[in-house]
Amino acid sequence: MQRGFPGNGMSTAPPAEDSYSSCPKLLPLKMSEMSAMNRKLTQTLAESISKHVDHFNKTEVECLIREFNVLMGEPATPGRAVTGLDRGKFRSILHNIFGMTDDMIMDGVFRSFDKDNDSFVSMKEWIEGLSVFLRGTLDEKIKYCFHVYDLNGDNYISREEMFHMLKNSLIRQPTEEDPDEGIKDLVEITLKKMDHDHDGRLSFADFEMAVREENLLLEAFGTCLPDTMSIEMFEQHVFQEQLEP
Amino acid sequence: GGDQTATVLTLCAMMDFNLMQETCQLAIRDVGGLEVLINLLDTDEVKCKIGSLKILRKISHNVQIRRNIVDMGGLQSIVKILDSPVKDLKALAAETIANVARFRRARRTVRQYGGIKKLVKLLDCVPNLASLTANQEKDVEVARCGALALWSCSKSTKNKEAIRKAGGIPLLGRLLKSPHENMLIPVVGTLQECASEESYRIAIQTEGMINDLVKNLSSDNDELQMHCASAIFKCAEDKKTRDLVRKYKGLQPLVSLLAKANNKQLLAAATGAIWKCSISIENVAKFQEHKALETLVGLLTDQPEEVLVNVVGALGEFAQIPDSKATIRKCGGIKPLVNLLTGTNQALLVNVTKAVGACATDKENMAIIDQLDGVRLVWSLLKTPVQMFSPILRGPFVHALRMQRMQGKCICAAIAKIAKDKENLAVLTDHGVVPLLAKLTNTTDDRLRRHLAEAISHCCIWGSNRASFGEAGAVAPLVRYLKSKDSTVHQSTAMALYQLSKDPHNCITMHEKGVVKPLIHIMGSNDEMLQEAAAGCVRNIRLLALANRKARLFY
Repeated sequence: MQRGFPGNGMSTAPPAEDSYSSCPKLLPLKMSEMSAMNRKLTQTLAESISKHVDHFNKTEVECLIREFNVLMGEPATPGRAVTGLDRGKFRSILHNIFGMTDDMIMDGVFRSFDKDNDSFVSMKEWIEGLSVFLRGTLDEKIKYCFHVYDLNGDNYISREEMFHMLKNSLIRQPTEEDPDEGIKDLVEITLKKMDHDHDGRLSFADFEMAVREENLLLEAFGTCLPDTMSIEMFEQHVFQEQLEP
Repeated sequence: GGDQTATVLTLCAMMDFNLMQETCQLAIRDVGGLEVLINLLDTDEVKCKIGSLKILRKISHNVQIRRNIVDMGGLQSIVKILDSPVKDLKALAAETIANVARFRRARRTVRQYGGIKKLVKLLDCVPNLASLTANQEKDVEVARCGALALWSCSKSTKNKEAIRKAGGIPLLGRLLKSPHENMLIPVVGTLQECASEESYRIAIQTEGMINDLVKNLSSDNDELQMHCASAIFKCAEDKKTRDLVRKYKGLQPLVSLLAKANNKQLLAAATGAIWKCSISIENVAKFQEHKALETLVGLLTDQPEEVLVNVVGALGEFAQIPDSKATIRKCGGIKPLVNLLTGTNQALLVNVTKAVGACATDKENMAIIDQLDGVRLVWSLLKTPVQMFSPILRGPFVHALRMQRMQGKCICAAIAKIAKDKENLAVLTDHGVVPLLAKLTNTTDDRLRRHLAEAISHCCIWGSNRASFGEAGAVAPLVRYLKSKDSTVHQSTAMALYQLSKDPHNCITMHEKGVVKPLIHIMGSNDEMLQEAAAGCVRNIRLLALANRKARLFY
């Protein structure tokens, strides 16, 4: 799958982009269209958002805002109600830019970003989410991952949820009597390792302790964080290329 | 089969096994687990590689598994991982190599796949910044693991060279400034391992590492102190280093280490360092400010040989100073030293003879040595390679021969005993025993005369000693001995004269001095051997006289 910024035709603006290489063509256009007032607005917005975000400075937030607008596929015009990235757009981003493939996980990530649960990832939620997604501390990542894996949001990762997530991880032998046996075993093994209070499910405390003991368990139920390469590429594109005139 | 997620979960579960237990380790191998772990190393999945290495790192403590890993090509894969941009992976790979490279073939494999260069690259970091970012801390951890791996690898000589060629020494020197013991131990461990090579000793000195080594002699950590002392031991062969150790105030901490007598490895390293440092006299003086000599003498008993070799070596150097010779005696050091002469450890014996030899130039020491039969013990060591002992012989013992009669008597008695062995005789002759014995002959001390004559008679058997004694003027005085009232003197003198009489010139001398009459008197003795000796001597003289007359008849 080629990675690139989404051009899924849902925008009403300029032609869909399907790779980074076509971005530079577009940007100068956008930049020249931005009026001074527009830029001022972005800066003010950036200022207020960057106060709530740990890992990006003001300039970086500005870049992220612009990137958000690009991804939204609409020109940045002041006063326009920008609701946010919907589930589809967001999942495309996860897939094309960060190489994620697992539907359940991607849903979980969307759920994590969409803090107010309005089925849209607003600009603020986008930036706050990326702060953890790209540069989070271990603590922040633990909370984030737990959230992703807690499919029904009841603050526990249950056996069923684990089964659900691991279902596609094992190659099922067609001749097996119980094709799910392997997965059930895997779930039991994992529970045994991580369920410290022995209540048959993983509370946040269970999860946190297990990850602190063994960092590899952070993404125990599926890759929900980007790998180093993707992070580098994304950051380079957003923070550096955009700053070039 | 499964994807990365399932694999990682499984690997994490495996980590719960008691991976340090042999049955478990071998079980993993026997079910084909080792192959799987090694195959994972070649994938692109970072988390799988991390998980696999975490397990390999543990089970490679097992001697068999190490070999299996190398046989299966696993070491090659691990070396490749050293190039990864992921710091955690680099560190884990290096740590695993540290465990696997504990046998020769593995160390060679690491080098053959360019592993030494890669490991040296890991050392590149600044370890002692005031505050480190998370990233910098990771770099330090990577460097520490690199040092661990190089420590294991450095046991091979070719690797020592490879490390140096790859620019490892200045990097190690930089890491030596770290405040952390867990960094310092592998770094100093590597340096002291490599210090057997001259190139390293020079570099350690010129790159200013002696200062850091000395500093860490005072750390709280026994292992660290031991490695530092070991490094100094090896480097102090060179005078500049000895001066630097003194300059950086390293002598006193070395003496303090002698108190840790329970840790034999540490004690061996510390005594070794003291030994080599004491080759410089200025250091001996400094050592004495801290009563090193007294402490060392205390270590002459109940210590393993690896410690004794160094302790005695040190005493040998200390004893070059007159004051020390007395101190050793006053601390009761002479007896234990002489006792050590009966050992079989070559290295120890060399040092003991040196030390005893150095002590023996002090009169009072010599008395004790003699009392303890020390002289004979040293001479008996002539059975071992002579080269080792010749400096000693030339020194104190020939010197002892020149001393007062009391000692002279002892030496002669010893020579008499020792000269019964042909090889010893050769050595004694080489070292001028003949003229020296000859010089002693002008004595009226019966005890000395007895031993002297005995010694001379034994020495006559070798080479041209008979003639040499004659040339040295030993014969005439011997004749006078026959006037003594002591029959034991007669005995040994008759033997000596008999031996000497095998040389015609000696016969002439004896005849001139009127030896025949007293000899005939002695022939009447009850002692068969004495009769024979006396008779034999007279016979030789007569034969010569006959030959002489015959010769004259023809003229």
